[in-house]
Order: sequence, then structure tokens, then C-alpha cells
Amino acid sequence: MSIATSEPLSQSADPATASRSEEYLWTLNFGPQHPATHTTLRLVLKLEGERVVDAMPEMGYLHSGFEKIGEHLSFNQYVTVTDRMNYISPMANNVAWHHAVEKLLGIELTPRCVYIRTIVAELARISDHLLCNGAVGLDTGAFTFFLYAFQQREMIYDIFETLCGARFTNSYTRVGGLSQDITPLVVEKIRAFLKTFPKTLADMERLLTRNRIFVDRTKGVGVLSKADATARGATGPIARASGVTRDLRKDEPYLAYNDFEFDVPCATAGDCYARYLVRMDEMRESLRILSQAVENIPAGPVDVGIDQRIARPDKKQVYSTIEGTISHFELSMSNRGFEVPCEESYAAIEAPNGELGFYLVGDGNETAYRARCRPPSVLHFALFPHLIRGHTLSDIVAVLGSLNIIAAELDR
Amino acid sequence: MSVEPETSPEMSTAEVCDAGYQALAAAFPGLETSVFRGQRRVVVPAASLAEAMRQLHQAGFDLLVDVSCVDYLEYRGATSRYGLVYLLANTRTNERLTVRCFVDDPEPTVPSMVPLWPSANWLEREAWDLFGIRFTGHPDLRRLVMPEEFTAHPLRKDYPLQGRGERHNFPVISREQS
Amino acid sequence: MAITAPQPQTVFPRQTSSLDARLELPENVVVSRLDELASWCRKNSLWPMPFATACCGIELMATGAARHDLARFGAEVFRFSPRQCDLMIVAGRVVMKMLPVLQRIWLQMSEPKWCISMGACASTGGVFDTYAVVQGIDRFIPVDMYVPGCPPRPEQLIQAIIDLQDKIQREGTITGREFDTAARQLQKRALTESGNPLTLDASRNPVIQRQLAAERSAAAVR
Repeated sequence: MSIATSEPLSQSADPATASRSEEYLWTLNFGPQHPATHTTLRLVLKLEGERVVDAMPEMGYLHSGFEKIGEHLSFNQYVTVTDRMNYISPMANNVAWHHAVEKLLGIELTPRCVYIRTIVAELARISDHLLCNGAVGLDTGAFTFFLYAFQQREMIYDIFETLCGARFTNSYTRVGGLSQDITPLVVEKIRAFLKTFPKTLADMERLLTRNRIFVDRTKGVGVLSKADATARGATGPIARASGVTRDLRKDEPYLAYNDFEFDVPCATAGDCYARYLVRMDEMRESLRILSQAVENIPAGPVDVGIDQRIARPDKKQVYSTIEGTISHFELSMSNRGFEVPCEESYAAIEAPNGELGFYLVGDGNETAYRARCRPPSVLHFALFPHLIRGHTLSDIVAVLGSLNIIAAELDR
Repeated sequence: MSVEPETSPEMSTAEVCDAGYQALAAAFPGLETSVFRGQRRVVVPAASLAEAMRQLHQAGFDLLVDVSCVDYLEYRGATSRYGLVYLLANTRTNERLTVRCFVDDPEPTVPSMVPLWPSANWLEREAWDLFGIRFTGHPDLRRLVMPEEFTAHPLRKDYPLQGRGERHNFPVISREQS
Repeated sequence: MAITAPQPQTVFPRQTSSLDARLELPENVVVSRLDELASWCRKNSLWPMPFATACCGIELMATGAARHDLARFGAEVFRFSPRQCDLMIVAGRVVMKMLPVLQRIWLQMSEPKWCISMGACASTGGVFDTYAVVQGIDRFIPVDMYVPGCPPRPEQLIQAIIDLQDKIQREGTITGREFDTAARQLQKRALTESGNPLTLDASRNPVIQRQLAAERSAAAVR
């Protein structure tokens, strides 16, 4: 067994003592049903007293065959399944899925659609970080913080419910457009949220950021170096807390991110505390993007034009224009539908959790031949043994919480 | 796969930084290359995959984004059964490259990338689990998501969506037993 | 305390009514049946065990959090140890690898215990009709209440808990007679497998008949 700790575990210079200390190692099973794993993660730990010598993560307790379903559902149907993938920010998954599909089909979105998608993606980012940081707080003993965070999530649920009718599993995007347009009421609700949320965010910071117990439990725990972060495939806030500045919103601008002024928060410490801080700051940057986007939503149609035969025309067009009728029928008929190239492409977005991409193989059908999802959680969960070695048992919940592993995205 | 005519409007952005690809092309002349929607793909034969990937790693591709596999059993015009897909990225120049490698039954085998990118560890285990691709040199090639006692590789095209009844194969607990 | 007056029953001798006439109940004393009293206690102190696997788990968290506040209905004491709980809420899909864990946790809970299957996936497999997902946990463990929805809103879960409380008050006995028997469960299972509502009658259901015949022959051998 290789032990890579910052401090020496024991005085095991000679092999005889080392083998003796092996005998005292405890094996502890953690999960798959445990309050601090939140979902269905399992760890098999090797303990020396309270110190974790090694950890063996195991996954698959929620493997539901998402990628197999992706080969049987059409591009528009599969969006419902992506909702259930990273279920604390379903909107971001919707956006990621149709971003990839539109890349494969080569569709150019309308400016209004691009803006609305940016807005919902940023709202999803806020709701994800709220839950993640709330859960870190909950696990390290700050229940009030969690309730504050969840209250704000309910506000975002409200916005989504007004927007698309579902508070949680939204299935909002469609190929070449959205299921419905944004309404003035939604814009009003987002404006209200933009006004009230900074206050709560400040309250939350006051509750936890300088809280002695929280800082002691997270600072210096689970340190990930910059080189390790890239080599081990970390992306998103976890990589940025370790000093990697990569952010697809800046590096490969998609949607409307080129139009907005925002910063990418980074830290260098790479510990749980830095990850918490990066997430808090990202919420603030998301607010900045939102406030710019909400005020500048371009006018015009949401879906691509009916001449492209991609998005289903609305009822008015179907009943009153011949193009609308033809387009509606063609999209509904099983032997027509989209023109899908026999090609393969990969497209990713900066999801709240990291780089979330889909590798799609088209074979001319409306259904993907292969819909591979690039899940950030898998690579982050693989980091776990590396981060926890040498720390104590009670640090496990802090590290797990700060990695923000979502089982449904992990196992798919 | 033949070289595609370069029609994509996003071509120019991909052309800005392809130093990594140029280095590979210089070392391995005659590789099948194609560009689709601004994404450059290279097909590398399985025999020279290890060497090519080492070259790419040295050329600055420090992030292995994804390792996945496609089963081309029912794909029109496919010549090989499995296609491994390696998505590489350079975090400094933002260059991306897709490396594909075709292998066939009965023993689909490719070299493991764990020595170059530790992130390949679980991704390759997943490919082994769901497709049955063997990765030689992998430190710990076990099933990742399916139970250990599972025998099939469920993402292969000849495995049915509903499975072969494994999901019903459990004891039933009644009220009286509990 | 909203408890109806005790109904005369066979367990009480008939002369209780004459006893009643003589007995003057002091203040703050209520006479009830033991079954009802136990049910009343049980229904108002449900300790849920959240078996949260997927999306429904987040709605379960929302139900316990500030806005929906499950504490109003006396069922907020979420305990993660099955030994302390009497209500299992299975929230989310259960897959092949997880089912043995679910069964084990169910067996670890002490009687009396109830089970709510929250959401489409736990109840039927939902949209995940795939090789890995169990098509309804009621195939393998007993379930008392199903909540539709994908995921159900917190209000729906609260309604399910209220309904379950009603059910406990209505049907609860100390002996636990109200729970599904093995035969009834078998019947349910056979129904879902044959998919034919006409075979509700056990005597005409081939699956049940086959099972019963096997049992009879096993008994004969013994």
C-alpha cells in the first residue's frame, strides 16, 4: 500500500514496524447509505486510529444506464433524462445537452434564445453552489447556513416554475430553441431575486466564512495541487480553487458569455476552504452576469426559423401558414425529422460542477447512435483517496462535501 | 474515414493553435485527419497509440478530458467494431484534439493511458466495464459501475436496453419476513 | 386529544357498560382502546429514514427545509440509522447494485415500520426502463404508500405522510394484522407480472397457483 501523506504516519522506517502497524489498521465501510454521502457513494476506509491511511471509493450504486437510453430516445426526448443527471442543477444539463446536439447538427441559435439559455445556466450555477456550500456547512455542523441556502434555492425554483412549469426537473431546452419564451413576470422575478439575494449571500458569508469552527475544519484539509488538478482531470471550481484558471466561459466562449463582463474567481490554496470561497465568489459573478443579461435580452423569436425545419413551429404558425403546417408534419413524421450528419462531435459547457460535455455520434437518425456524457463528478470522485490520505475520519465529510459529487451524474 | 472538406465557419478559431497536432503529424506522417465543426480528429492505429499519446502529452496536452468508446456494430459502413475516443485539451493554449483508435473483437485491447494521465484510471475502468475493452498496463482494471458478479458489457450494441432479466433476480422480502 | 369514544368490542365483557354507568371518570382521563392509543402515538411520532438516492432526495431535503417544513406534521426527525426509524422514504431510483442494500436496511428497521415509495422511479422504475434499474421497489420489499411525480413536489410528499398517518390511525393494531401478508404481496406481484387485471382472483392466477402447488408438494415431501 502506498501512503502519501504530508506528515509521517508513524515511525515506520524499518519494514518490521511497518508490517506491525499494518496489523492495527481498521477497515471501515462508509456508505452507500450514509447521511454525509448525501447520495449513494461508498467508501472503504483503512484507518489507523482516527487517521485515514487509505480510501477506496466505490460507485455504481445509482447506475441507471443513461447512455444506453440516449441511444433509444430522440434528441428532444433525451433532455428529460439529462434533467435527472445532475439533479441539483438540471437547467445546466439541459443547456449542455442541446449545446452538444446543436453542435452536431450545426444549428445557429437566435440571439434571444442564447441570452435566455445563459440566464438559466447562471441561475442553475447559483442553485448548485448554494446546495453544495449549504451541504458543506451542514456536514460541518452549520445547519442554519443550510437553511439559508435552501431558502434561496426555493426562490430559484419559483423562477423556474414560472418560466417553464416545472420547479425542479425543467426539460426547458429544445433543439434549436426553448420550450417556451421568457415572460415579463419571470424577468420581474429574476430582478427581485437579484435584489434580495446579495443580502442573503452577505448574511451567509457572515455566518460561515470567518466562523472559527468551520475554518478549522476546512482550512488545510484535502489539499489539491495545481499540477495534480490538471493531471487528474479536475475541472470547474475544484480546479480553480487549486490555481487552474481554465473556465470554458472565458476560454471557449459559448452562448452569450462574450457579451458580459465578469471575472473568474480562482484561489491557490486548493483546500476545502478555498473551494468554498471560490463557490461563494462564483455566485457573485453569476449575479453580475445575470444583471447584465436580464436587462439586455434581445427581442425577436426564440426558436430558429421554420425554414430550417428544426424547431416545432407554434400553433399560430401551424394553423395559419402553409410553411408552419408542413414543418410541423415533417417534424412529427417518423421518417423525416432532423437531418443528422453521420459524424461525431464533442461539445462542452462550463457546468456548475466542471466541464460537462457530450460526445455524440450521429448516424442519420433522430436518435444519437452514441451519447457519451463527460461527467465531471467521476474524475472528482477519483480524486478523493488522493485528498483524504493522512487526514482524520471527521475530515471525510468536509472533503466529500467540497467535491460536490452528485451520484446520478457520477454513475449515470 | 476520409479527410473532410473544410466547410465549418468555426475553422479559423481551431487553426489558431494546433501546435500539438502539428507535432504529432510531424512524428507520424500519414495519419487520418478530419475536421468537423472546428474539431480536429486524428485516427491512430492501436499499435502506435502509446507512442502517439506520449508525443501528445509532451506536446502540451495536459488534460485528458475523456476516454470513451463507441460500439460500431450497427453503424453503416463501419469497418472496425470498437472505436476508442480520447479527448485531449491543452489548458494553456486551449487547443483540443480528438484521438480515435479502432479495435476489434475478440480481444479488444489498447494500452492504458494511466502512466501519462492519472485521470484515465476510472475512465478506462468504465470503458472496460461497459464495453469490455482491455487496457494493458492499467493498475486496477475492475468493473466500475456494474456489480462485480455481472457478466455482460451493457453498452455494447448487442446487449438489450432492458437487460437480460438481471434486474429481477433478487429475493423478495414480505411483511412476515421483515 | 381527538379520540373517539371506545366502541364496545368482544374483547371487553358485556358488563363494561354497567361498569361505565357506575364509574365516574375523573377529569383529564380518557378511556380508549389500546390499539387506538398506540396508533395515535405512532402516527404522530413518525421518524423517517430517508433512503434518498436521486433527484427525489433533493425534494425530500426541500420538504424538510424551511419553506415546506415537515416539522409541522410531526415527522421531521430524520434519522439516518435504520434502528431508530419507523418510516422508510425511498426517494429515487433503486438499481441492481443498491437493492441488496435497501433490503438490508429494511430488515434492520424495527417493527412497526412503514415504507413510502416516493416518485415514479421508486414506484415503477419511471423513465428508466433499463438493464440496471429495478422496476418498482414493491417487487422486492413491502410498500405502504406510493407518491406519484417525477419528482413529486414537497406538498405531495407531505400529503402522503398525512395519508399514511390516517392509515395508521385507521388500521393500526398492536399485533400488526393490518400489514400486507405474504399471500397478498404475492398476488400483487403476480398481477404486475401477468399484466392482466382479470386474474385478480387467486384461484385463476397461474403464477399464484404454480407457487401454491410448489408449496404443497414441498409440504408433502416433508
